[in-house]
Amino acid sequence: MTSSINTIAVVFGREFRAYFSTPLAAIFLAVFLALSAGLSFFVTGFFERGQADLSAFFTWHPWLFMILMPAIGMRLWAEERRSGTIELLMTLPVRTWELVTGKFLAGWAFTAVALALTAPMWFTVNYLGSPDNGVIAASYIGSWLMAGAFLALATCMSALTKNQVIAFIVASMAGFLLMMAGFDLVLAGVRSWAPNVITEMVQSLSFLSHFSRLTNGVIEAPTVVFFSSMIVLCLWINVQLVDLKKAQ
Amino acid sequence: MHLIQTSALTKAFDGRTVVDHVNLGVSRGEVVGFLGPNGAGKSTTMKMIAGFLEPDEGSASVCGHDVRTDPLNAKRHLGYLPEGAPAYSDMIVGDFLEFVAKLRNVPSGERNGRLGEVAERINLTEVWDQKIENLSKGYKRRVGIAQALLHDPDVLILDEPTDGLDPNQKHEMRSLIRSIAEKKAIIVSTHILEEVEAVCSRAVIIADGKILADEAPGDLTAAAAEDNAIRVTVSASEDEDIVAKLGPVTGKAEIEVLTRMNGSASVLVRPQGRATQPAQLASKLQRAKIEVEEIGLYRPSLEDVFRQITQSKPAE
Repeated sequence: MTSSINTIAVVFGREFRAYFSTPLAAIFLAVFLALSAGLSFFVTGFFERGQADLSAFFTWHPWLFMILMPAIGMRLWAEERRSGTIELLMTLPVRTWELVTGKFLAGWAFTAVALALTAPMWFTVNYLGSPDNGVIAASYIGSWLMAGAFLALATCMSALTKNQVIAFIVASMAGFLLMMAGFDLVLAGVRSWAPNVITEMVQSLSFLSHFSRLTNGVIEAPTVVFFSSMIVLCLWINVQLVDLKKAQ
Repeated sequence: MHLIQTSALTKAFDGRTVVDHVNLGVSRGEVVGFLGPNGAGKSTTMKMIAGFLEPDEGSASVCGHDVRTDPLNAKRHLGYLPEGAPAYSDMIVGDFLEFVAKLRNVPSGERNGRLGEVAERINLTEVWDQKIENLSKGYKRRVGIAQALLHDPDVLILDEPTDGLDPNQKHEMRSLIRSIAEKKAIIVSTHILEEVEAVCSRAVIIADGKILADEAPGDLTAAAAEDNAIRVTVSASEDEDIVAKLGPVTGKAEIEVLTRMNGSASVLVRPQGRATQPAQLASKLQRAKIEVEEIGLYRPSLEDVFRQITQSKPAE
């Protein structure tokens, strides 16, 4: 057990630092901050609403994560396979799930940094009025959990290909479908052939409806369980994919 | 006990058998040179022993640990340089080696000492703080060797360790391998034959996934030697019928043309019946006004043996 934790920590450290060894980290953080602030100020009217809350800000998170999480996750496995370092990594005395976990946690921690840097938004509403900070805290936790689910999905897609661009596009697409699962856009396509049970199952996968429940300020067990199990499931598939495709 | 043992190791890709029932045992102190044409199955065999590829049939073990059922323990005893010496190009040499040492569970107390020792031994100190992507091919290869030696493994598998190195670096690499050979079981793949003669105690020739020869390099060449054959190089233009030219002089002998290039021809003369000394043949040729450039008893090189063995079976 201690050796697993050690391995995960070492892999985590390398991957987390790897984000900052290229301009990727700076670009990502700048884009995330600019978009999340810009959209909430200019599109959803952060000031004009005249309400001391951050819902104008969190509304955008699913959309931002749909695009930005694949950008964080795409290199995690595709790059290992393209450069051949996967052969080095997989012949070290480590288990595949330890590598998968370490890499995922590094991306997730990086996301936490991005979210933490939006704290000035939080300070602003507290300066302007008296928001319900419980709701905001819940929204942040929910946003991070949802980002984790998008990220797990993206690393999974990254294990499928040697090409980061393909990983990015496929992951964004999969993220979009999961997000829209509660809407007619996706449901109409399922309803036409599948029985009701399946339609309802697909509907329950909707990231948007789960996230909106969290941003209402209630951390509900089903929603937390939903995102957590989404992460675990994707990482499990990730392990299988890495073992299956490593040598191709 | 063999530190590396494979039995009936087999692997197929898309229905094509790449490694075909390979049985190989390597003990401590041995350096086995893997030889074979490209695509013969050398790398695939090494990948299976290193635990990167799963065999379809058969098994491989490292220090008694089966690579399939006990992969972690097998990998702990193994140092592996994959083909092309991959490394994280965005990392600094020192950080990269430290990363590998940590995943190899080199205890933190010994880690710095080990890293320093390896850096010294493989001449990496001057690039220790450089990014791997900025290194020359030779240094990249050395970083690959360094990561394989960090934990002082019992078993070392090196896939083309001297590929892309200049002659001096090749020489250094060979001395390095020789210097650690005594305490380890080593497999080295290469297609440079002189390398096998220089560092290996055993040469294993593989083609089409099968082991065709497994002997000491000296024994391989000795076995291929022929008692009375004489190798003669004479000047001859490209279109001359060399067999017809030499025939009258050599008398009853079989003549095989080995190479023809740059206005000279190298042939193998096998006298039938009574043995002929090279000197006798030389004077006979001189009397016949045939210019002899070089003459001597035929001592096949490893290259000749390699060609004989791998070409006797037509490729599929």
